[in-house]
Amino acid sequence: MQLNEFLFLAAFLFCTGVYGVLARKNSVLVLMSVELILNAVNINLIAFGAFDHTIAGQVFALFVIAVAAAEVGVGLAIVLLIYRNRHSIDLDKVDVMKG
Amino acid sequence: MNAADLALVSGLSVSEQIIFFALAIAMALSAVRMVTTKNLVHAALYLTVVLAGAAGIYILLAAEFVAVTQVLVYIGAIVVLVLFGLFLTRAPLGGDQELDNNQRWLAAIIALFLFGVLGVTLQRGFRGVHVNATVIGSGVPSSNTAAIGISIFHDYVIPFEVASILLLAALVGAVVIARRD
Repeated sequence: MQLNEFLFLAAFLFCTGVYGVLARKNSVLVLMSVELILNAVNINLIAFGAFDHTIAGQVFALFVIAVAAAEVGVGLAIVLLIYRNRHSIDLDKVDVMKG
Repeated sequence: MNAADLALVSGLSVSEQIIFFALAIAMALSAVRMVTTKNLVHAALYLTVVLAGAAGIYILLAAEFVAVTQVLVYIGAIVVLVLFGLFLTRAPLGGDQELDNNQRWLAAIIALFLFGVLGVTLQRGFRGVHVNATVIGSGVPSSNTAAIGISIFHDYVIPFEVASILLLAALVGAVVIARRD
């Protein structure tokens, strides 16, 4: 198989995730788009690991999965806190630092 | 390699290609629907399709342990957590509310530009490079799972411990942040 097929799939998923992060205003949907980006990175890591005949790509993908789990846990806790304080998770309304 | 072996390898390669493109098309369509749908629960289900497709891609690349971990952690835990988040924030579950902000076109332009840059770079750098799903472990029976275990506990012990500390900190942090006091 061509290496490029995997890399193009990962690039497409990455760009879709970037669009989701930029265009969505529901915080949970933004977190889901971040998961999409992390998955694209994982596909890249494993494809390059198979290309390079080393196991390091798969090991790093496992570390990325662990970090993604931690990220979504803390992220959803923050979203719940925002919802409790403001009764909305609309990111356009979370602009306290805007003067 | 005799003719029969050659035919077997090329047959495997064709079936690999068919499976890859089926998975890739399903993943790409689901990803696009995930970032454009107006229904929150549908978005979570489309995310599940993308994650399951990624697990299939890992199996195509002989990364079976990562594929199983993907199913357990992503589909089993993260999607459920996201659905909990959707329900706990009392998101309106109908399909009529506005979920996008007014930067949608700007975001689409940025994403397309990024894909163009990445595509040109990948095409220039890796055109015609082949990749084979190979088993890296050297034990009997050899498997990538065994190789991952040996690699984590030989070469990556300290990153592994750091990851465990990170998960502990995330656990405590999530409890502290979300606690009602």
